[in-house]
Amino acid sequence: MRAVISVTGKDSAGIVAKVSTKCAEYGVNIGDISQSVLDGYFVMIMIVDIDGLTVEFSKFVDIMSELGHKSGLVINTMHEQIFDSMHKI
Amino acid sequence: MPIISTKDILETINMISEENLDIRTITMGISLFDCVSDDTKRLCDNIYDKITSRAHDLVKVGEAIEKKYGIPVINKRVSVTPVSLIGGASDSDGYVKIAQALDRAADATGINFIGGFSALVQKGESRGAAALIDAIPEAISGTKRLCSSVNVASTKAGINMDAIAKMGKAIKELAYITRESDSIGCAKLVVFANAPEDNPFMAGAFHGAGEAECAINVGISGPGVVASAIKRAGSCDLSELAEVIKRTSFKITRVGQLALAEAAQMLGASRGIVDLSLAPTPAVGDSVAFILEEMGLESVGAHGTTACLYMLNDAVKKGGLMAAQNVGGLSGSFIPVSEDAGMIAAVERGALTLNKLEAMTAVCSVGLDMIAIPGDTDENVISGIIADEIAIGVANTKTTAVRVIPAHGKKVGDSVNFGGLLGRAPVMEVNGFSPEKFISRGGHIPAPIHSLKN
Repeated sequence: MRAVISVTGKDSAGIVAKVSTKCAEYGVNIGDISQSVLDGYFVMIMIVDIDGLTVEFSKFVDIMSELGHKSGLVINTMHEQIFDSMHKI
Repeated sequence: MPIISTKDILETINMISEENLDIRTITMGISLFDCVSDDTKRLCDNIYDKITSRAHDLVKVGEAIEKKYGIPVINKRVSVTPVSLIGGASDSDGYVKIAQALDRAADATGINFIGGFSALVQKGESRGAAALIDAIPEAISGTKRLCSSVNVASTKAGINMDAIAKMGKAIKELAYITRESDSIGCAKLVVFANAPEDNPFMAGAFHGAGEAECAINVGISGPGVVASAIKRAGSCDLSELAEVIKRTSFKITRVGQLALAEAAQMLGASRGIVDLSLAPTPAVGDSVAFILEEMGLESVGAHGTTACLYMLNDAVKKGGLMAAQNVGGLSGSFIPVSEDAGMIAAVERGALTLNKLEAMTAVCSVGLDMIAIPGDTDENVISGIIADEIAIGVANTKTTAVRVIPAHGKKVGDSVNFGGLLGRAPVMEVNGFSPEKFISRGGHIPAPIHSLKN
Protein backbone atom coordinates (compact mmCIF):
# COMPACT_ATOMS: atom_id res chain seq x y z
CA MET A 1 0.00 0.00 0.00
CA ARG A 2 1.16 3.49 -0.75
CA ALA A 3 0.44 6.96 0.51
CA VAL A 4 1.11 10.45 -0.75
CA ILE A 5 2.83 12.99 1.48
CA SER A 6 2.54 16.58 0.34
CA VAL A 7 4.69 19.26 1.92
CA THR A 8 4.15 22.96 1.25
CA GLY A 9 5.42 26.15 2.87
CA LYS A 10 8.22 28.69 2.97
CA ASP A 11 11.52 27.27 1.73
CA SER A 12 14.31 26.66 4.22
CA ALA A 13 17.34 24.39 4.59
CA GLY A 14 16.74 20.77 5.54
CA ILE A 15 13.05 20.25 4.76
CA VAL A 16 13.64 17.09 2.71
CA ALA A 17 15.95 15.76 5.42
CA LYS A 18 13.43 16.38 8.20
CA VAL A 19 10.55 14.72 6.36
CA SER A 20 12.54 11.74 5.12
CA THR A 21 14.11 11.15 8.54
CA LYS A 22 10.65 10.98 10.07
CA CYS A 23 9.53 8.55 7.35
CA ALA A 24 12.51 6.28 8.06
CA GLU A 25 11.84 6.42 11.79
CA TYR A 26 8.39 4.86 11.23
CA GLY A 27 9.35 2.30 8.58
CA VAL A 28 8.02 4.29 5.63
CA ASN A 29 9.96 3.73 2.41
CA ILE A 30 10.16 6.60 -0.07
CA GLY A 31 9.40 5.54 -3.66
CA ASP A 32 9.34 8.84 -5.46
CA ILE A 33 10.02 12.47 -4.69
CA SER A 34 9.16 15.48 -6.80
CA GLN A 35 10.14 18.80 -5.37
CA SER A 36 10.33 22.40 -6.54
CA VAL A 37 10.78 25.89 -5.17
CA LEU A 38 8.93 28.78 -6.75
CA ASP A 39 9.46 32.35 -5.46
CA GLY A 40 10.66 30.98 -2.12
CA TYR A 41 7.64 28.66 -1.84
CA PHE A 42 8.51 25.01 -1.29
CA VAL A 43 6.35 22.22 -2.75
CA MET A 44 7.19 18.54 -2.37
CA ILE A 45 5.20 15.45 -3.22
CA MET A 46 6.45 12.11 -1.93
CA ILE A 47 4.97 8.76 -2.85
CA VAL A 48 5.78 6.32 -0.10
CA ASP A 49 5.34 2.64 0.65
CA ILE A 50 3.50 2.13 3.95
CA ASP A 51 3.60 -1.67 4.17
CA GLY A 52 6.35 -1.50 6.78
CA LEU A 53 4.69 1.23 8.84
CA THR A 54 5.36 0.64 12.54
CA VAL A 55 2.33 2.60 13.80
CA GLU A 56 -1.33 2.90 12.75
CA PHE A 57 -1.71 4.92 9.53
CA SER A 58 -3.93 7.48 11.27
CA LYS A 59 -1.24 7.97 13.91
CA PHE A 60 1.39 8.51 11.20
CA VAL A 61 -0.90 11.14 9.59
CA ASP A 62 -0.89 13.02 12.92
CA ILE A 63 2.86 12.64 13.39
CA MET A 64 3.59 14.14 9.97
CA SER A 65 1.05 16.90 10.48
CA GLU A 66 2.68 17.73 13.83
CA LEU A 67 6.12 17.82 12.18
CA GLY A 68 4.64 20.33 9.71
CA HIS A 69 3.32 22.54 12.52
CA LYS A 70 6.70 22.58 14.24
CA SER A 71 8.54 23.41 11.02
CA GLY A 72 6.13 26.07 9.71
CA LEU A 73 4.99 23.78 6.87
CA VAL A 74 1.76 22.11 5.87
CA ILE A 75 2.23 18.34 5.64
CA ASN A 76 -0.70 16.22 4.45
CA THR A 77 -0.52 12.45 4.34
CA MET A 78 -3.24 10.72 2.34
CA HIS A 79 -3.79 7.13 1.23
CA GLU A 80 -3.11 6.85 -2.50
CA GLN A 81 -6.53 5.31 -3.17
CA ILE A 82 -8.21 8.72 -3.13
CA PHE A 83 -6.00 9.87 -6.02
CA ASP A 84 -6.47 6.64 -7.95
CA SER A 85 -10.25 6.81 -7.50
CA MET A 86 -10.45 10.39 -8.62
CA HIS A 87 -8.06 10.38 -11.56
CA LYS A 88 -8.07 6.84 -12.99
CA ILE A 89 -10.96 4.97 -14.55
CA MET B 1 6.29 1.78 -9.19
CA PRO B 2 3.70 3.55 -11.40
CA ILE B 3 3.48 7.19 -10.50
CA ILE B 4 0.35 9.24 -9.89
CA SER B 5 0.99 12.54 -11.63
CA THR B 6 1.95 15.51 -9.49
CA LYS B 7 -0.67 17.58 -11.29
CA ASP B 8 -3.43 15.16 -10.26
CA ILE B 9 -2.19 15.04 -6.67
CA LEU B 10 -2.13 18.81 -6.40
CA GLU B 11 -5.57 19.06 -7.99
CA THR B 12 -7.06 16.75 -5.36
CA ILE B 13 -5.32 18.51 -2.48
CA ASN B 14 -6.45 21.88 -3.81
CA MET B 15 -10.07 20.68 -4.14
CA ILE B 16 -10.07 19.73 -0.47
CA SER B 17 -8.07 22.58 1.04
CA GLU B 18 -9.16 25.52 -1.14
CA GLU B 19 -12.48 24.53 -2.73
CA ASN B 20 -14.27 22.94 0.24
CA LEU B 21 -14.54 19.44 -1.23
CA ASP B 22 -15.88 17.09 1.39
CA ILE B 23 -18.07 14.08 1.96
CA ARG B 24 -21.22 15.80 3.15
CA THR B 25 -22.73 12.81 4.87
CA ILE B 26 -22.29 9.12 5.53
CA THR B 27 -25.78 7.97 6.43
CA MET B 28 -26.51 4.53 7.80
CA GLY B 29 -29.97 3.28 6.92
CA ILE B 30 -31.29 0.86 9.54
CA SER B 31 -34.41 -1.28 9.24
CA LEU B 32 -36.58 -1.19 12.36
CA PHE B 33 -39.09 -3.82 11.25
CA ASP B 34 -37.80 -6.34 13.78
CA CYS B 35 -38.36 -3.86 16.64
CA VAL B 36 -42.15 -4.05 16.33
CA SER B 37 -44.09 -4.62 19.54
CA ASP B 38 -47.65 -3.88 20.69
CA ASP B 39 -46.18 -2.43 23.89
CA THR B 40 -44.84 1.11 23.35
CA LYS B 41 -42.14 0.86 26.01
CA ARG B 42 -40.84 -2.39 24.58
CA LEU B 43 -40.95 -0.92 21.06
CA CYS B 44 -38.93 2.09 22.25
CA ASP B 45 -36.38 -0.12 24.00
CA ASN B 46 -36.02 -2.30 20.90
CA ILE B 47 -35.50 0.78 18.71
CA TYR B 48 -32.91 2.26 21.06
CA ASP B 49 -31.01 -1.02 21.36
CA LYS B 50 -30.98 -1.68 17.64
CA ILE B 51 -29.77 1.78 16.62
CA THR B 52 -27.13 2.03 19.33
CA SER B 53 -25.72 -1.39 18.49
CA ARG B 54 -25.87 -1.04 14.67
CA ALA B 55 -24.54 2.53 14.55
CA HIS B 56 -22.18 2.15 17.48
CA ASP B 57 -19.05 2.64 15.35
CA LEU B 58 -20.51 4.96 12.70
CA VAL B 59 -18.88 8.14 13.98
CA LYS B 60 -15.57 6.35 14.58
CA VAL B 61 -15.58 4.92 11.05
CA GLY B 62 -16.41 8.34 9.57
CA GLU B 63 -13.45 9.81 11.40
CA ALA B 64 -11.15 6.98 10.29
CA ILE B 65 -12.08 7.58 6.63
CA GLU B 66 -11.50 11.27 7.13
CA LYS B 67 -8.01 10.57 8.43
CA LYS B 68 -7.08 7.94 5.86
CA TYR B 69 -8.00 9.95 2.79
CA GLY B 70 -7.47 13.43 4.18
CA ILE B 71 -11.00 14.52 3.24
CA PRO B 72 -13.50 15.90 5.76
CA VAL B 73 -16.58 13.78 6.44
CA ILE B 74 -18.92 16.47 7.70
CA ASN B 75 -21.92 14.50 8.94
CA LYS B 76 -22.49 11.02 10.24
CA ARG B 77 -26.19 10.24 10.34
CA VAL B 78 -28.77 7.52 10.68
CA SER B 79 -32.01 7.01 8.80
CA VAL B 80 -34.61 4.49 9.90
CA THR B 81 -37.71 2.74 8.58
CA PRO B 82 -40.56 5.28 8.40
CA VAL B 83 -41.78 5.21 11.98
CA SER B 84 -45.46 5.09 10.98
CA LEU B 85 -44.78 1.62 9.52
CA ILE B 86 -43.50 0.18 12.79
CA GLY B 87 -45.50 2.07 15.40
CA GLY B 88 -48.93 1.11 14.06
CA ALA B 89 -50.45 0.25 17.45
CA SER B 90 -49.34 3.50 19.09
CA ASP B 91 -51.45 6.60 19.61
CA SER B 92 -49.97 10.05 19.20
CA ASP B 93 -48.53 10.03 22.76
CA GLY B 94 -46.87 6.73 21.89
CA TYR B 95 -45.32 8.32 18.80
CA VAL B 96 -43.90 11.13 20.93
CA LYS B 97 -42.24 8.47 23.12
CA ILE B 98 -40.82 6.76 20.03
CA ALA B 99 -39.45 10.15 18.91
CA GLN B 100 -37.70 10.53 22.25
CA ALA B 101 -36.22 7.04 22.01
CA LEU B 102 -34.84 7.86 18.54
CA ASP B 103 -33.35 11.10 19.85
CA ARG B 104 -31.73 9.32 22.80
CA ALA B 105 -30.23 6.76 20.41
CA ALA B 106 -28.86 9.58 18.23
CA ASP B 107 -27.34 11.21 21.29
CA ALA B 108 -25.76 7.96 22.48
CA THR B 109 -24.13 7.23 19.12
CA GLY B 110 -22.83 10.79 18.68
CA ILE B 111 -24.42 11.28 15.24
CA ASN B 112 -25.72 14.73 14.39
CA PHE B 113 -29.14 13.88 12.95
CA ILE B 114 -31.50 10.93 12.78
CA GLY B 115 -34.21 10.82 10.11
CA GLY B 116 -37.28 8.68 9.66
CA PHE B 117 -39.98 10.08 11.91
CA SER B 118 -41.96 9.77 8.74
CA ALA B 119 -45.29 8.82 7.26
CA LEU B 120 -46.22 7.85 3.71
CA VAL B 121 -49.73 9.10 3.01
CA GLN B 122 -49.75 9.72 -0.75
CA LYS B 123 -52.86 7.60 -1.26
CA GLY B 124 -54.43 7.92 2.17
CA GLU B 125 -53.74 7.81 5.88
CA SER B 126 -53.47 4.67 7.96
CA ARG B 127 -54.39 5.06 11.63
CA GLY B 128 -50.70 5.00 12.57
CA ALA B 129 -49.75 7.61 9.95
CA ALA B 130 -52.51 9.92 11.21
CA ALA B 131 -51.28 9.53 14.80
CA LEU B 132 -47.69 10.21 13.75
CA ILE B 133 -48.64 13.39 11.87
CA ASP B 134 -50.61 14.59 14.92
CA ALA B 135 -47.52 13.95 17.04
CA ILE B 136 -45.06 15.85 14.80
CA PRO B 137 -45.16 19.29 16.50
CA GLU B 138 -44.61 17.86 19.98
CA ALA B 139 -42.16 15.17 18.82
CA ILE B 140 -39.91 17.52 16.85
CA SER B 141 -40.01 20.42 19.29
CA GLY B 142 -39.18 18.06 22.16
CA THR B 143 -36.13 16.47 20.52
CA LYS B 144 -32.76 17.78 19.34
CA ARG B 145 -31.59 15.55 16.52
CA LEU B 146 -34.76 14.02 15.13
CA CYS B 147 -35.96 14.87 11.61
CA SER B 148 -39.40 14.23 10.20
CA SER B 149 -40.85 13.90 6.72
CA VAL B 150 -44.26 13.19 5.26
CA ASN B 151 -44.76 11.98 1.69
CA VAL B 152 -48.09 13.50 0.61
CA ALA B 153 -48.05 12.63 -3.07
CA SER B 154 -46.56 10.50 -5.81
CA THR B 155 -46.85 10.34 -9.57
CA LYS B 156 -48.41 6.91 -9.19
CA ALA B 157 -50.92 7.83 -6.46
CA GLY B 158 -51.71 11.51 -7.03
CA ILE B 159 -51.88 14.21 -4.37
CA ASN B 160 -53.42 13.76 -0.93
CA MET B 161 -54.85 17.23 -0.34
CA ASP B 162 -56.20 16.35 3.12
CA ALA B 163 -52.63 15.58 4.17
CA ILE B 164 -51.40 18.84 2.65
CA ALA B 165 -54.00 20.77 4.66
CA LYS B 166 -52.81 18.98 7.81
CA MET B 167 -49.16 19.74 7.07
CA GLY B 168 -49.90 23.46 6.71
CA LYS B 169 -51.32 23.35 10.24
CA ALA B 170 -48.47 21.20 11.61
CA ILE B 171 -45.82 23.57 10.22
CA LYS B 172 -47.53 26.60 11.78
CA GLU B 173 -47.85 24.83 15.12
CA LEU B 174 -44.23 23.70 15.10
CA ALA B 175 -43.13 27.26 14.26
CA TYR B 176 -45.09 28.55 17.24
CA ILE B 177 -43.83 25.94 19.72
CA THR B 178 -40.21 26.62 18.73
CA ARG B 179 -40.70 30.41 18.49
CA GLU B 180 -37.98 31.12 21.08
CA SER B 181 -35.35 29.72 18.69
CA ASP B 182 -36.52 31.34 15.44
CA SER B 183 -39.03 28.52 14.77
CA ILE B 184 -36.13 26.12 14.12
CA GLY B 185 -38.43 23.10 14.48
CA CYS B 186 -39.62 23.70 10.91
CA ALA B 187 -36.06 23.17 9.63
CA LYS B 188 -36.43 19.54 10.71
CA LEU B 189 -39.70 18.84 8.90
CA VAL B 190 -40.10 18.29 5.18
CA VAL B 191 -43.15 17.56 3.02
CA PHE B 192 -42.46 15.41 -0.05
CA ALA B 193 -43.79 14.26 -3.38
CA ASN B 194 -42.11 11.11 -4.73
CA ALA B 195 -39.84 10.82 -1.67
CA PRO B 196 -36.76 8.68 -2.37
CA GLU B 197 -36.31 5.71 -0.02
CA ASP B 198 -32.51 5.88 0.11
CA ASN B 199 -31.90 9.59 0.60
CA PRO B 200 -28.88 10.27 2.84
CA PHE B 201 -29.67 13.98 3.32
CA MET B 202 -31.68 15.54 6.13
CA ALA B 203 -34.33 16.44 6.96
CA GLY B 204 -35.90 14.03 4.49
CA ALA B 205 -33.84 10.87 5.02
CA PHE B 206 -35.64 7.64 5.84
CA HIS B 207 -34.85 3.98 5.21
CA GLY B 208 -37.54 2.73 2.85
CA ALA B 209 -39.52 -0.47 3.25
CA GLY B 210 -37.73 -2.14 0.32
CA GLU B 211 -34.23 -1.35 1.56
CA ALA B 212 -31.66 -3.77 2.98
CA GLU B 213 -31.38 -4.56 6.70
CA CYS B 214 -28.60 -1.99 7.06
CA ALA B 215 -27.09 0.07 4.25
CA ILE B 216 -24.62 2.89 3.87
CA ASN B 217 -25.64 5.81 1.66
CA VAL B 218 -23.29 8.68 0.95
CA GLY B 219 -24.00 12.28 0.03
CA ILE B 220 -21.21 14.03 -1.83
CA SER B 221 -20.62 17.72 -2.01
CA GLY B 222 -18.44 20.13 -3.89
CA PRO B 223 -20.19 23.27 -5.19
CA GLY B 224 -16.88 25.12 -4.67
CA VAL B 225 -15.02 22.63 -6.86
CA VAL B 226 -17.54 22.99 -9.69
CA ALA B 227 -17.53 26.81 -9.44
CA SER B 228 -13.70 26.88 -9.62
CA ALA B 229 -13.65 24.52 -12.61
CA ILE B 230 -16.13 26.78 -14.45
CA LYS B 231 -14.01 29.82 -13.61
CA ARG B 232 -10.89 28.14 -14.96
CA ALA B 233 -12.74 27.19 -18.16
CA GLY B 234 -13.01 30.90 -18.99
CA SER B 235 -15.31 32.15 -21.73
CA CYS B 236 -15.99 28.81 -23.46
CA ASP B 237 -19.42 28.03 -24.89
CA LEU B 238 -22.05 26.07 -23.00
CA SER B 239 -21.39 22.69 -24.67
CA GLU B 240 -17.80 22.87 -23.48
CA LEU B 241 -18.94 24.06 -20.06
CA ALA B 242 -21.23 21.03 -19.73
CA GLU B 243 -18.16 18.84 -20.36
CA VAL B 244 -16.19 20.67 -17.66
CA ILE B 245 -19.00 20.12 -15.15
CA LYS B 246 -19.35 16.44 -16.09
CA ARG B 247 -15.64 15.80 -15.63
CA THR B 248 -15.61 17.56 -12.27
CA SER B 249 -18.70 15.72 -11.09
CA PHE B 250 -17.09 12.40 -12.03
CA LYS B 251 -14.08 13.13 -9.82
CA ILE B 252 -16.17 14.27 -6.86
CA THR B 253 -18.44 11.26 -7.11
CA ARG B 254 -15.53 8.80 -7.22
CA VAL B 255 -14.46 10.06 -3.81
CA GLY B 256 -18.02 9.49 -2.55
CA GLN B 257 -17.98 5.95 -3.95
CA LEU B 258 -14.63 5.27 -2.26
CA ALA B 259 -15.96 6.46 1.11
CA LEU B 260 -19.14 4.43 0.65
CA ALA B 261 -17.32 1.17 -0.11
CA GLU B 262 -14.92 1.66 2.79
CA ALA B 263 -17.64 2.60 5.31
CA ALA B 264 -19.90 -0.30 4.27
CA GLN B 265 -17.04 -2.77 4.63
CA MET B 266 -15.89 -1.43 8.01
CA LEU B 267 -19.44 -1.35 9.40
CA GLY B 268 -20.57 -4.69 7.97
CA ALA B 269 -23.41 -3.00 6.09
CA SER B 270 -24.70 -3.25 2.51
CA ARG B 271 -23.41 -0.82 -0.06
CA GLY B 272 -26.23 1.61 -0.69
CA ILE B 273 -26.16 4.56 -3.05
CA VAL B 274 -24.16 7.67 -3.77
CA ASP B 275 -26.41 10.72 -3.89
CA LEU B 276 -25.12 13.01 -6.63
CA SER B 277 -26.48 16.18 -5.12
CA LEU B 278 -24.41 19.34 -5.04
CA ALA B 279 -25.07 20.37 -1.45
CA PRO B 280 -24.07 23.89 -0.45
CA THR B 281 -23.16 25.16 3.00
CA PRO B 282 -23.30 28.73 4.30
CA ALA B 283 -19.48 28.95 3.92
CA VAL B 284 -18.35 31.39 1.25
CA GLY B 285 -17.09 29.36 -1.71
CA ASP B 286 -19.46 26.45 -1.06
CA SER B 287 -22.48 27.82 -2.83
CA VAL B 288 -24.65 26.55 -5.71
CA ALA B 289 -25.72 30.17 -6.36
CA PHE B 290 -22.09 31.11 -7.03
CA ILE B 291 -21.87 28.33 -9.65
CA LEU B 292 -24.87 29.78 -11.49
CA GLU B 293 -23.34 33.24 -11.27
CA GLU B 294 -20.00 31.88 -12.51
CA MET B 295 -21.91 30.52 -15.50
CA GLY B 296 -22.75 34.09 -16.43
CA LEU B 297 -25.64 35.47 -14.37
CA GLU B 298 -25.27 38.86 -12.71
CA SER B 299 -27.17 37.40 -9.78
CA VAL B 300 -28.95 34.14 -9.18
CA GLY B 301 -32.65 34.89 -9.67
CA ALA B 302 -32.05 36.76 -12.94
CA HIS B 303 -33.87 35.55 -16.04
CA GLY B 304 -31.76 32.65 -17.29
CA THR B 305 -31.36 31.14 -13.82
CA THR B 306 -33.65 28.18 -14.49
CA ALA B 307 -31.78 27.35 -17.71
CA CYS B 308 -28.40 27.51 -15.95
CA LEU B 309 -29.65 25.30 -13.14
CA TYR B 310 -31.11 22.81 -15.60
CA MET B 311 -27.78 22.49 -17.37
CA LEU B 312 -25.81 22.24 -14.14
CA ASN B 313 -28.12 19.59 -12.71
CA ASP B 314 -28.05 17.50 -15.86
CA ALA B 315 -24.26 17.65 -16.26
CA VAL B 316 -23.67 16.77 -12.59
CA LYS B 317 -25.81 13.65 -13.00
CA LYS B 318 -24.23 12.57 -16.27
CA GLY B 319 -20.73 12.91 -14.85
CA GLY B 320 -21.56 11.30 -11.54
CA LEU B 321 -23.51 8.37 -12.95
CA MET B 322 -20.43 6.66 -14.35
CA ALA B 323 -18.44 7.18 -11.18
CA ALA B 324 -20.77 5.44 -8.75
CA GLN B 325 -21.81 1.82 -8.45
CA ASN B 326 -25.38 2.76 -7.56
CA VAL B 327 -26.86 6.21 -7.76
CA GLY B 328 -29.91 7.21 -5.77
CA GLY B 329 -31.35 9.56 -3.21
CA LEU B 330 -32.19 13.02 -4.44
CA SER B 331 -29.32 13.35 -6.93
CA GLY B 332 -29.59 16.91 -8.17
CA SER B 333 -28.50 20.35 -7.12
CA PHE B 334 -29.85 21.63 -3.84
CA ILE B 335 -31.06 25.20 -3.72
CA PRO B 336 -31.75 25.89 -0.05
CA VAL B 337 -31.79 29.57 0.77
CA SER B 338 -30.46 29.65 4.34
CA GLU B 339 -27.69 27.13 3.68
CA ASP B 340 -26.21 28.95 0.68
CA ALA B 341 -24.36 32.27 1.01
CA GLY B 342 -25.07 33.17 -2.63
CA MET B 343 -28.82 32.51 -2.32
CA ILE B 344 -29.01 34.63 0.84
CA ALA B 345 -27.20 37.49 -0.89
CA ALA B 346 -29.50 37.24 -3.93
CA VAL B 347 -32.63 37.42 -1.74
CA GLU B 348 -31.21 40.41 0.12
CA ARG B 349 -30.42 42.30 -3.06
CA GLY B 350 -33.97 41.67 -4.30
CA ALA B 351 -32.90 39.41 -7.18
CA LEU B 352 -34.39 36.14 -5.96
CA THR B 353 -38.05 35.66 -5.13
CA LEU B 354 -40.16 32.74 -3.96
CA ASN B 355 -41.76 32.53 -7.42
CA LYS B 356 -38.37 32.18 -9.11
CA LEU B 357 -37.31 29.55 -6.59
CA GLU B 358 -40.47 27.59 -7.39
CA ALA B 359 -39.64 27.70 -11.11
CA MET B 360 -36.08 26.52 -10.37
CA THR B 361 -37.39 23.49 -8.51
CA ALA B 362 -38.92 22.20 -11.74
CA VAL B 363 -35.42 21.40 -13.03
CA CYS B 364 -33.47 20.32 -9.96
CA SER B 365 -33.91 18.15 -6.92
CA VAL B 366 -35.51 18.85 -3.58
CA GLY B 367 -37.75 21.89 -3.86
CA LEU B 368 -38.50 24.95 -1.77
CA ASP B 369 -35.89 24.40 0.86
CA MET B 370 -35.00 26.30 4.02
CA ILE B 371 -37.03 29.35 3.14
CA ALA B 372 -38.16 31.68 5.91
CA ILE B 373 -41.55 33.31 5.39
CA PRO B 374 -43.43 35.79 7.57
CA GLY B 375 -44.65 34.35 10.89
CA ASP B 376 -48.21 35.51 10.25
CA THR B 377 -48.52 33.54 6.99
CA ASP B 378 -51.89 31.77 7.05
CA GLU B 379 -51.79 27.97 7.29
CA ASN B 380 -53.85 27.74 4.10
CA VAL B 381 -51.25 29.79 2.27
CA ILE B 382 -48.57 27.37 3.51
CA SER B 383 -50.71 24.47 2.27
CA GLY B 384 -51.05 26.32 -1.06
CA ILE B 385 -47.24 26.66 -1.30
CA ILE B 386 -46.94 22.93 -0.59
CA ALA B 387 -49.65 21.99 -3.11
CA ASP B 388 -47.96 23.98 -5.92
CA GLU B 389 -44.55 22.48 -5.24
CA ILE B 390 -45.90 18.96 -4.91
CA ALA B 391 -47.83 19.33 -8.19
CA ILE B 392 -44.52 20.13 -9.96
CA GLY B 393 -43.06 16.88 -8.64
CA VAL B 394 -46.09 14.73 -9.45
CA ALA B 395 -46.49 16.07 -12.98
CA ASN B 396 -42.77 15.76 -13.77
CA THR B 397 -42.25 12.33 -12.14
CA LYS B 398 -39.59 13.70 -9.84
CA THR B 399 -39.02 14.41 -6.19
CA THR B 400 -40.05 17.79 -4.87
CA ALA B 401 -40.35 18.94 -1.31
CA VAL B 402 -41.15 21.89 0.89
CA ARG B 403 -39.26 22.96 3.99
CA VAL B 404 -40.49 26.45 4.85
CA ILE B 405 -40.15 28.25 8.16
CA PRO B 406 -42.99 30.64 9.06
CA ALA B 407 -40.72 32.43 11.54
CA HIS B 408 -42.90 33.42 14.47
CA GLY B 409 -43.06 37.19 15.03
CA LYS B 410 -40.88 37.96 11.99
CA LYS B 411 -41.79 39.89 8.88
CA VAL B 412 -40.26 40.58 5.47
CA GLY B 413 -36.91 42.32 6.00
CA ASP B 414 -36.13 40.42 9.22
CA SER B 415 -33.98 37.35 9.21
CA VAL B 416 -33.66 34.16 11.23
CA ASN B 417 -30.40 32.60 12.29
CA PHE B 418 -30.19 28.86 12.92
CA GLY B 419 -26.41 28.64 13.06
CA GLY B 420 -24.16 25.87 11.77
CA LEU B 421 -25.02 24.13 8.52
CA LEU B 422 -28.63 25.34 8.70
CA GLY B 423 -27.41 28.92 8.26
CA ARG B 424 -29.33 32.20 8.16
CA ALA B 425 -32.47 33.04 6.22
CA PRO B 426 -33.89 36.42 5.24
CA VAL B 427 -37.69 36.38 5.59
CA MET B 428 -39.16 36.29 2.08
CA GLU B 429 -42.36 37.79 0.77
CA VAL B 430 -45.30 35.46 0.20
CA ASN B 431 -48.33 36.08 -2.04
CA GLY B 432 -51.01 36.79 0.56
CA PHE B 433 -54.09 36.07 -1.57
CA SER B 434 -55.94 33.17 -0.03
CA PRO B 435 -56.25 29.63 -1.43
CA GLU B 436 -58.43 28.72 1.58
CA LYS B 437 -61.46 27.56 -0.38
CA PHE B 438 -59.32 25.34 -2.60
CA ILE B 439 -57.45 23.80 0.34
CA SER B 440 -60.62 23.26 2.41
CA ARG B 441 -62.22 21.23 -0.39
CA GLY B 442 -59.92 18.40 0.69
CA GLY B 443 -59.86 15.07 -1.12
CA HIS B 444 -57.41 13.80 -3.65
CA ILE B 445 -55.96 15.17 -6.87
CA PRO B 446 -55.85 12.16 -9.20
CA ALA B 447 -52.59 10.76 -10.56
CA PRO B 448 -51.50 12.11 -13.95
CA ILE B 449 -52.23 10.17 -17.13
CA HIS B 450 -48.52 9.39 -17.61
CA SER B 451 -48.52 7.39 -14.36
CA LEU B 452 -50.33 4.62 -16.27
CA LYS B 453 -47.27 3.03 -17.78
CA ASN B 454 -48.09 -0.65 -17.36
